[in-house]
Amino acid sequence: MNATLAVILALAVGTYAFRLVGPVLHGRVTVPPRVQELASAGAVVLLVALLATGALTESGGFAGWARPTGVLVGAVLAWRRAPFAVVVLGAAVTTAVLRGVGVG
Amino acid sequence: MRSRHRTTPPDTDRSRTDRSLLRDSSLVWLASGIVGVSFGAVSVAGGLPLWVPVLMSLVVYAGSAQFSAVGVLLAGGGPVAAVTTGLLLNTRTAAFSLAVAEIIGTNRATRFLGAHLVTDETVAFALAQSDPVRQRRAFWISGLGLFAVWNIGVLAGGLAGGALGDTARYGLDAAFPAVLVALVLPALRRDATVRRCALLGAALALAATPAVPAGVPVLLALTGLFLHRRPTDRGAAA
Repeated sequence: MNATLAVILALAVGTYAFRLVGPVLHGRVTVPPRVQELASAGAVVLLVALLATGALTESGGFAGWARPTGVLVGAVLAWRRAPFAVVVLGAAVTTAVLRGVGVG
Repeated sequence: MRSRHRTTPPDTDRSRTDRSLLRDSSLVWLASGIVGVSFGAVSVAGGLPLWVPVLMSLVVYAGSAQFSAVGVLLAGGGPVAAVTTGLLLNTRTAAFSLAVAEIIGTNRATRFLGAHLVTDETVAFALAQSDPVRQRRAFWISGLGLFAVWNIGVLAGGLAGGALGDTARYGLDAAFPAVLVALVLPALRRDATVRRCALLGAALALAATPAVPAGVPVLLALTGLFLHRRPTDRGAAA
């Protein structure tokens, strides 16, 4: 089987299994609060690591200034509680404009 | 407090509720549609065939895991790292599905279909509503709409991907980290312990990036959880 197709199917099956946990366990098992707490903290830790590496690095090296600057603008907008769409567009437009004027 | 004696709202009330839910959902749909377009475009521009982002969006249906899986694949990180990273990212949907289990409904078919619609946005949207009836309608309206918009967006972005040329020109690569910032910021603002763990984790991930295969730095970030304090104080029951 094609390796990419295998990746998609494995992700699909695994993800659906995670999503079924609640509906299947509902009313049968009580998840310990400590486990629930670590699971949600772990999700945030993963996401922050993903956004930090995604903003700053590309193929193991520095991604250049345009992308992290755009993400920083998005972060400031999010901090000021701007709507989601404004955050996303603000980041993309900033990076696009910087690249347009020759910043890497 | 939930009253079992609550009368079913008349049809006019229900349609008014649905209209306001539609209005509130539409912004989330718009934003997700844009991210979907960027996912399709980035995947195809990176060299993957169109069916990869399209199929992945239908059956995996999880934005951050899709981006990370495609990112690892395009960076040459290999299939195991791509699956591991994506699944680790999606472990949170297990916690989310527990949170909305009652909202989804108890009917068998409803549960199996509803489970696939559990996403960060839909869960947040449903939990933000005040009463159980509204929560359920919010989950289904925002969830079904999001599924449609996301997949149409990915298809459109994938089709345009080739025509768009170098997507770096449009700054789409900055959109994904920015989406994550918007999603995690409330949790970081609220919880100092999580903030400490996340900062340590991100620093470890960044430090490891030049030295280890793609996908691994993010997993290393989980060691940041060692800073997670045990809730010894009784008042802090979550």
